[in-house]
Amino acid sequence: MQQAQSLTQRLANPTRFMELSATLLPWLTVAAVVLTVIGLVMGFAAPVDYQQGHTAKIMYVHVPAAWLSMAGYSLIAISSFGLLVFRHPLADVSAKAAAPIGAAFTLLCLVTGSLWGKPMWGAFWVWDPRLTSVLILFFLYIGLIALRSAIEDEALAAKLTAILALTGIVILPVIKFSVDWNSLHQPASVMRIGAPKIHPSLLWPLLVMAVGLTIAFVALHMKGMRNEILRRRVRALRSAEVQMAAGAASPLPAE
Amino acid sequence: MSAFGELLKRDVLITWREGGAVGTALGFYVMVITLLPLGIGPDLNLLQRIAPGLLWVALLLAALLSLGRLFEIDLEDGSLDVLVASSLPLEAVAVAKCLAHWLSTAVPLALLAPVLGLLLNLPLDAYGPLVLSMLIGTPAVSFIGGIGAALTLRARRGGVLLALLMLPLFVPTLIFGIETVSSAIVDSGAFGPSILILSAISLASVVLAPVAIAAALRLQVQ
Amino acid sequence: MDLGPHAAYIWASFGAAALILLVLVVWLVLDGRQQQKMIAELEARGVRRRSDTSG
Repeated sequence: MQQAQSLTQRLANPTRFMELSATLLPWLTVAAVVLTVIGLVMGFAAPVDYQQGHTAKIMYVHVPAAWLSMAGYSLIAISSFGLLVFRHPLADVSAKAAAPIGAAFTLLCLVTGSLWGKPMWGAFWVWDPRLTSVLILFFLYIGLIALRSAIEDEALAAKLTAILALTGIVILPVIKFSVDWNSLHQPASVMRIGAPKIHPSLLWPLLVMAVGLTIAFVALHMKGMRNEILRRRVRALRSAEVQMAAGAASPLPAE
Repeated sequence: MSAFGELLKRDVLITWREGGAVGTALGFYVMVITLLPLGIGPDLNLLQRIAPGLLWVALLLAALLSLGRLFEIDLEDGSLDVLVASSLPLEAVAVAKCLAHWLSTAVPLALLAPVLGLLLNLPLDAYGPLVLSMLIGTPAVSFIGGIGAALTLRARRGGVLLALLMLPLFVPTLIFGIETVSSAIVDSGAFGPSILILSAISLASVVLAPVAIAAALRLQVQ
Repeated sequence: MDLGPHAAYIWASFGAAALILLVLVVWLVLDGRQQQKMIAELEARGVRRRSDTSG
C-alpha cells in the first residue's frame, strides 16, 4: 500500500517535508535565479515593440506577477479546502505561508501595472477593469492576513481564515465579471485602450520569466512553510517546557 | 418550521427593542448623505450623477455597522450554544438570523434611501428603481455580511475587521445595485440585465452564505 | 542602454520587482534563522517534545 500513497499523503509528515524541502530548496533557488536572468537577457535583446516601444518590457514582470497573484490565491483556497475537509496537517502551514507571498506579488502586479499605465494611458490609475480586479484581490489577501492576526487561538484562526479564503474564491469570479461589466457600461470618458498586446517575439522571454518567477514563488513558499513548521515546533517546545516545570513544582502528575 | 419562525420573530423584536440599533444605522445613513454634498459642493448636476453610488455605498456602510452585533448578543448570553445544540439545523439558524437582520435593519435603510435621494437631486424616474434595487440587493448584504459577523465573532477589533474583510466581497452587489439606478437616470438600457444579475447575486448568497456561516459558528462555540 | 522616453517607468518597474523580492527573501531568511535559534536554545535547555522519540 505504500506505493498507493499520493504525493500529498507522503508529505503529510512535517519531518519528511522538512527533509525533502531542505534538498529541493537550493535547486529551486538556483533554477529561479538562472531562468529569471535568462528571461531578462532575452527580453532586453528582443526587438522593440513597434507600438509600445520599450515600455512593453514592463510586461516581463507585470504578467508573471498577475499570474502568480491569482495562482497564490488559488493555492490558499486549495490549502484551505485541504484543512477543512481532509484535515491535512500541512494544509494550514501552506495557506498561512502563501498569504504574505501572494500579497507581495499582487502588490508588484499593481505597481508595475500603474507604472505601465502612466506612459500608455496618461495616468497611474484609470480604473482599468483588470487592474481593478487585482486591487480587490489584494484586499482579499489583506483580509486573510488581518483575520488570522486578530484571533488569538491559532487553530481557530486557521479554520476561520480557511472559510474566508473559500468564500473569497467563490465570489472572486463574480467580482471579476462585475468589474468587467461595469467598465463596458461606463460613459466614454473612461479610456478604452485595449489589452496590452504582446508581440510574438516578446513571448519567449515572457514565458521564461514567468517560469522563473513561478519557481521563485514555489521556493519562497517552501521557505515560508519551513519557517512556519519551525515556529510551531518552538511553540510545542515552549509548552513542553512549561509542563515540565509545572510537573516538577507540583507533587501531583499533570495529567 | 415553527422553531425557525420563533427565532426570526425573536431576533426582529430584539433588534427593534434593543434601544437604537436600527436608529443608529438610520442616523448614520442620514449623516453620511448629508456630509458628502457639503464636501463635494452643491453642484446639482454632479450630485445627480453620483447620487446612486453615494446612496448605495452609504447604505452598505450603515448596514455593516449593524452587522457586527448579529451573533454577538447570542455569544454573550450563551444562547449561541443552545442554537448550535438545538434540533434546528445551524444553516437554518443562520438563515433566520440574516433574514431578521434584513427585515429589521436593511429594509428600513432601503426605505430611507428615496428620502435621502431628495437631498441629492435624484430625478423622479429613479426613485422606483432605487427602492427596487435596494430591496432586491440588500439580502446579499445581510447574508454575505453574516459570514463576516460569524468569522469576526471572537476577533480583536471586530467591527473594523468586519468592514475590512467584507467590503471587497460586496463589489458585485454594489456595481449592479448602482447600475440598476443609474440606468434609470441616463437610460442606458442596462436596467433589465442589471436587475436580473442583482437578483441572481442575492439568491446565490441567500443559498450559499448560510453554509459558511454555520461552519464558522460551529468552530466558534467549540 | 537607451530605453526611450519612458525609461524611468521601466527602471522603476524592475526596481520595484527587485525590491519586493528582496524584502521577501530577507524577511524569510531572517525569520527562519530566528526560529532555528530559538529551537537550539530550547533544546540546549534540555526541552524535548513528547512525540520526539529520536531524541
